[in-house]
Amino acid sequence: MFKVKVYVTLRESVLDPQGAAVKHSLQSLNYNEVSEVRIGKYMELTIEKSERNVEDVVKEVCDRLLANPVIEDYRYEIEEVVAQ
Amino acid sequence: MKFAVIVFPGSNCDIDMYHAIKDELGEEVEYVWHDADSLEGFDGILLPGGFSYGDYLRSGAIARFSNVMKEVIKAAEAGKPVLGVCNGFQVLLESGLLPGAMRRNESLKFICRPTALKVQNNNTMFSSEYQEGEVITVPIAHGEGNYYCDEETLQQLKENNQIVFTYENNPNGSLENIAGIINENGNVLGMMPHPERAVDELLGGADGLKLFRSIVKQWREANVITNA
Repeated sequence: MFKVKVYVTLRESVLDPQGAAVKHSLQSLNYNEVSEVRIGKYMELTIEKSERNVEDVVKEVCDRLLANPVIEDYRYEIEEVVAQ
Repeated sequence: MKFAVIVFPGSNCDIDMYHAIKDELGEEVEYVWHDADSLEGFDGILLPGGFSYGDYLRSGAIARFSNVMKEVIKAAEAGKPVLGVCNGFQVLLESGLLPGAMRRNESLKFICRPTALKVQNNNTMFSSEYQEGEVITVPIAHGEGNYYCDEETLQQLKENNQIVFTYENNPNGSLENIAGIINENGNVLGMMPHPERAVDELLGGADGLKLFRSIVKQWREANVITNA
């Protein structure tokens, strides 16, 4: 079985209004060194071993549902775990 | 003409849509549940506003995979009029029937108020009863109506005259003030403002009615044989 972490963020070219608002808040708290904030989503998937390559499955679910390629990018980490 | 109002779990403008068609327009209308596997017998498909599937993941992302959407796509491919309003527009974007995507409103606030819209293209089956350049008042009610598409798509939208409605005073940061777009074939319209909430002077205005009248007029001209 695999534990998969998926991170979905708005693409660099897309303005992130939430991130911009949080950045302004941090700057009003005098954290002027914070120059950018981008807000995204973090998802944890558990995927059972199958005849399919796990990375292919992860890419497919990201492309089809978890991220919207028009405005979002994604990256993932796959870790194989042995069931106890 | 017979309309279907698609009802997803979380739709909340379905009753307004039904009322607009039945009571104000005087046409036939039925609710169709999201797991239906046929849209046979319907001449027009309406995807109402609301929060389908709680807006989980992204607005419209889950609804797009509901059973009835296969039939909505078939109806769209067959050239039937398909109108998506607000969350319905978001579902059309997620399903790929229209290009682009929605971001959170620039202000991050949910905005609910009447807005002035300009009719940019009155040469569609949804807007033929308006004048080109006419300014109409239709309410908006959304938190994610900030339309986005890439430069290439925007050029295509402009070249093909697919931008049907724009905001006079952009409320949400939407690209090029876009409030509503149509597909290349001219039979799928998505818009954030709610024409079904502007169908009665008593309730603040009836500027939305002409949109529904346009659909019916076009359908009659194409499908009803008159014995003149």
